[in-house]
Amino acid sequence: MTREITFSIAVNEAIAEEMRRDPTVVLLGEDVAEAGTPFKVLSGLVEEFGTDRVIDTPISEPGFMGIAVGAAMTGLRPIVDLMFGDFLYLVMDQLCNQAAKTHYMSGGKLTVPLVLRTNMGATRRSAAQHSQSLQALVAHIPGLKVAMPSSAYEAKGLMKTAIRDNNPVVIFEDKLMYNDKAEVPEEEFLIPFGEANIKRIGQDVTFVATSSMVQVAEEAAEKLSAEGISAEIVDPRTLVPLDEGTILESVRKTSRAIVIDEGHQSYGVTAELAARISEKAFYHLDAPVIRMGAMDVPVPFSPALEDLTVPTADGLVANARKICRGELVHAA
Amino acid sequence: MSETRQHNTDDYIRMYKQMVRIRAFEDNANRLYLSAKMPGLTHMYSGQEAVAVGICEALTIEDKITSTHRGHGHCVAKGANFREMFCELLGKEEGYCRGKGGSMHIADQSNGNLGANAIVGGSMGIATGSALTAKRLGNGQVTVCFFGDGATAQGLWYEVMNMAALWKLPVIYACENNGYSEYTKTDEIAAGSLVARAEAFGIEAFQVDGQDVLAVNNLAQQLAERCRNGEGPFFIELNTYRYHGHHVGDINRDYYRSKDEEAEWKKLRDPITNFGKWLEDQKILSADELVALNEEIAADAEAAVTYALSAKYPEAHEVNMHVYADNSA
Repeated sequence: MTREITFSIAVNEAIAEEMRRDPTVVLLGEDVAEAGTPFKVLSGLVEEFGTDRVIDTPISEPGFMGIAVGAAMTGLRPIVDLMFGDFLYLVMDQLCNQAAKTHYMSGGKLTVPLVLRTNMGATRRSAAQHSQSLQALVAHIPGLKVAMPSSAYEAKGLMKTAIRDNNPVVIFEDKLMYNDKAEVPEEEFLIPFGEANIKRIGQDVTFVATSSMVQVAEEAAEKLSAEGISAEIVDPRTLVPLDEGTILESVRKTSRAIVIDEGHQSYGVTAELAARISEKAFYHLDAPVIRMGAMDVPVPFSPALEDLTVPTADGLVANARKICRGELVHAA
Repeated sequence: MSETRQHNTDDYIRMYKQMVRIRAFEDNANRLYLSAKMPGLTHMYSGQEAVAVGICEALTIEDKITSTHRGHGHCVAKGANFREMFCELLGKEEGYCRGKGGSMHIADQSNGNLGANAIVGGSMGIATGSALTAKRLGNGQVTVCFFGDGATAQGLWYEVMNMAALWKLPVIYACENNGYSEYTKTDEIAAGSLVARAEAFGIEAFQVDGQDVLAVNNLAQQLAERCRNGEGPFFIELNTYRYHGHHVGDINRDYYRSKDEEAEWKKLRDPITNFGKWLEDQKILSADELVALNEEIAADAEAAVTYALSAKYPEAHEVNMHVYADNSA
């Protein structure tokens, strides 16, 4: 049986199910208990699991991140709630120097099974320190896994997999998607890491899109189909591990690729994906691979400016038309 | 050292041996560096032995410690073997971390050592998290977080002390104040009193002579027991001294520390010499027995070095092993 639930409820269900299944799963972060986080994603969990397992912390991101690392090394499976993705900079030492490296540095003897759930995404009028999409920062660090759910279905299935993983996993949720609904099975399911989802089948161009950019890609694909351009959409679902095979197979079929991710374009996720396609599917390409990321500017507050900084369906349609018609494209 | 006998003889002898083992390990590590047989640098624990031994002898094998870049002493004191330790320092396959960690990341989970840490203060969160696990699972374990005076300048400590105090976690923050924060006198970088900093969080704090293994051990026994009764966390400032420079290559250090000062500590306050005298006074060991013990340990250390020097390096295919943990288990 499937039913439609919101992204937010999907996350909540995933955590609740895993906490019921495994008493070592604990949740900690700022305002996770009675408040259920500012986005209300965790509402109700403290009532079911109590304050021993749903732990409100002080506003001390490095401190509770470090505590989660130690707890993970010694037998718990902590889920760390980092209220905004922008606060990743505060926890970088604990996440990247400690959590990511402990298994390797100990020659495989110590493990750090923890989940860092945080968010991303601009256009919420939250300005430069509450709007960033920093997935490239963590995807760059060996030892971390990175998941980017694109709907309620993925949000649930990837969260459950993350909680059971024996490694540190960072999950980025687009905060603008919390109220978006999707069909989600009532029965238990997990989505394995490293398996991309072909969201739409097409022939002329491949859109590799992450998180909310999958919605942008779907909107663009609809518009393009009216013009006779058939776009295929591949959602990698996890950046690390990356299902390179599915992406390359799609591009070999369509011979054209546009990669879309909301992180800054330079040195970002789009750069990595474009490089892999160019290296490994070069002789199948009929056009240069186009990258569409966020503009390389701090996210501005003014709506008039902020909306200019993120990839849009119209921008994607324009780029797709160009490469499908053999026009020379200069990336924005 | 004025203490009267409280423990059984074996406990005292083990404390002495463990301190001598640390000194012997460090003397060999230093020689390996000076003779260019060891890759990289290392930080000597010599002089601080009574701290690691006094505390670790108050712990069980299941109790946890986190260690620092100056971590060989903690590792030995928590029960590690010379052979696997020297192999690790030399980057060999049989090292505790298969040669991937080296001196600054040596970990020995079989004895409860969650690892040295090359970020100053970097393990304070880990230790506190380990104590959170103990409380959540109710397993009675105590965690000791070793760190130096230099690490008290890191903000992380104040964040985790706050949470440890709020949540009454079974963790002991053990600050080894050796007077120097790398190449700078600690007086120049630490305002006010370290003890008062812990007390500000409502944490009971203690100062102890870090050169007196019995004083350290007695305090650690009491605090470990109180942690198990739910009375933690605690803070201890242990006044001690490092005989070498910040690392083995820090040889000409007159600009921050005088040779006279070093000579005085070594002559008057050496933890091993003084405890050896006490053992003689108490007629636990004779002078000859002490010499024999020292010789035996020196021979063990040298044999381990010889073994490690000829041990195998890891195979090339190990370079990308252990980046991610297996999920099949």
